[in-house]
Amino acid sequence: MITVSGLTHYYGNRRAVEDLSFTIAENEIVGILGLNGAGKSTTLKVLAGLVIPTAGTVTVDGTDLVAAGAEFRSRIGYLPEDPPLYKEMTVTEFLLYVGQLKGRSAADVLARLPAVLKTCQIDQVADRVIGELSHGYKKRVGIAQAIIHQPRLVILDEPISGLDPKQIVEMRQVVRALGKQCTVLISSHILAEISETCDRILVLNGGRIVASGVESELAAAAGTQGTRVTLQLRGSREQIEGALRHVTGLQSSNLAEEPGGLWKVHVALGADHRESLVAALVTAGVGVRRMVEDESELESIFLGLTQGATA
Amino acid sequence: MRGIFLVARRDFAAYVNTIWGWVILALALLLDGILFNVLGMKGNALYSSEVLKQFFYLSGGVTLAVGVFITMRLFAEERQTGTMVLLEASPLSDAQLVAGKYLSAMMFIVLFQGLSLYMPAMIFVNGKVSYEEIAVGYLGMTVLASAGVAIGTWASSISRNQILALVVGAVVVLFFIACWMISRKSDAPFKELFSYMAFYDKQYAPFQEGKINTEGLAYFGSVTFAFLLLATQSLSARRWE
Repeated sequence: MITVSGLTHYYGNRRAVEDLSFTIAENEIVGILGLNGAGKSTTLKVLAGLVIPTAGTVTVDGTDLVAAGAEFRSRIGYLPEDPPLYKEMTVTEFLLYVGQLKGRSAADVLARLPAVLKTCQIDQVADRVIGELSHGYKKRVGIAQAIIHQPRLVILDEPISGLDPKQIVEMRQVVRALGKQCTVLISSHILAEISETCDRILVLNGGRIVASGVESELAAAAGTQGTRVTLQLRGSREQIEGALRHVTGLQSSNLAEEPGGLWKVHVALGADHRESLVAALVTAGVGVRRMVEDESELESIFLGLTQGATA
Repeated sequence: MRGIFLVARRDFAAYVNTIWGWVILALALLLDGILFNVLGMKGNALYSSEVLKQFFYLSGGVTLAVGVFITMRLFAEERQTGTMVLLEASPLSDAQLVAGKYLSAMMFIVLFQGLSLYMPAMIFVNGKVSYEEIAVGYLGMTVLASAGVAIGTWASSISRNQILALVVGAVVVLFFIACWMISRKSDAPFKELFSYMAFYDKQYAPFQEGKINTEGLAYFGSVTFAFLLLATQSLSARRWE
């Protein structure tokens, strides 16, 4: 259990974060969302033990950051946005070094190494020199160094930045696998990514937490509760409009014709009534070829929360 | 202690596992050899002890320069490459990090000194010196280099890049070397103070003659400790920014 209470940090006279309080349960994956300058990096640095907070307490399983000092850092694994790697070392040499640096014996690290390599999907490059690896592999080696000493909390700052789509999918698998082993805190500016991989989201604005919860709770807090979906349908305009009239909680719909007798339809629902939407369409004889939740939904929630907080 | 040796071992490996470490060693040995040949063995009728004294005089300067040169990378390179966070996020204390880095540079200095042994050994071809004189000279050279390495470690700890670290380290070392000159231009009590602080004239000279200078050992030890302490404070200060 990670407990942050009244966390405040100033850089000189400039306030970076103020009175942050939250808890993270064991094996929970929590995302931190915020605009540039919202205080995300400062929060992560404090939790990683890199910066001593001006005020407030941070405890991991009851061990206090300031009181425990250097020992506290052995409980944390940290991956900054640019993975810190010694590029002249092989992956195995590097992980063996970092594991020992974090206080583990060489035998301990060697015993844990195969599982870490597998979790991070880097077992096939274990003997390669880090400098020769692709950006995606380097990111994963960065995660491996953050977990090699079996920390209680792993902090990942922008873990998917600079990755291609294939690497992003693989990284999601890695993060989900991490969540089974330890508590994970992720900071990302890619809203969909936070939504995809995290159990809970903390929204920071102006150095304060303005909302916390799962996506639907954030939507409620932002006043943008509901679901927006885009469908690709086959049928006549009359059939589709007739079916939509029977959908519970329909707020708005927008039809656009596409080639091949298809329709692209944007639908806004007051709540998550996607099953009844599909049922109504199918009952009316409309062919449902695809339904996708609008990616901009979290974005609008986020903007609603941050604009509301600054207003 | 395990953490200190771990950092020292990796950093020492970073010196010797790259071409640059060996290039620095080769250039320093070349410079040392040329200086010894041209200046140390000039003239025909020199006593062996005089030749040995010249060797330690010249080699001391080269060792000091190597110390400042190799330490510029210790922390500044870690900052430039973004790996400093690995050390800062580790459970090692700032003092342990500084000690590990300092130790790695001293291991490199000892390697350099080992490779320079052939020069005093050459004296045995046509002359005679005692092993004790050589050992005392190397002891003096080691403590002199230790002070230079500590100054370089501190300079690297406060610098964002290696060039700046080299410049800061070199300026401070040159100041300590130039203290003998400053003392000549000063009045009491600064005259005595600067004379005492002079690396070469006052503190290192007895070692060149094969005499163990306990005052020099204490002085170089103090300079080493003071600058390593400053380096530690510099790292700690960053956590409180």
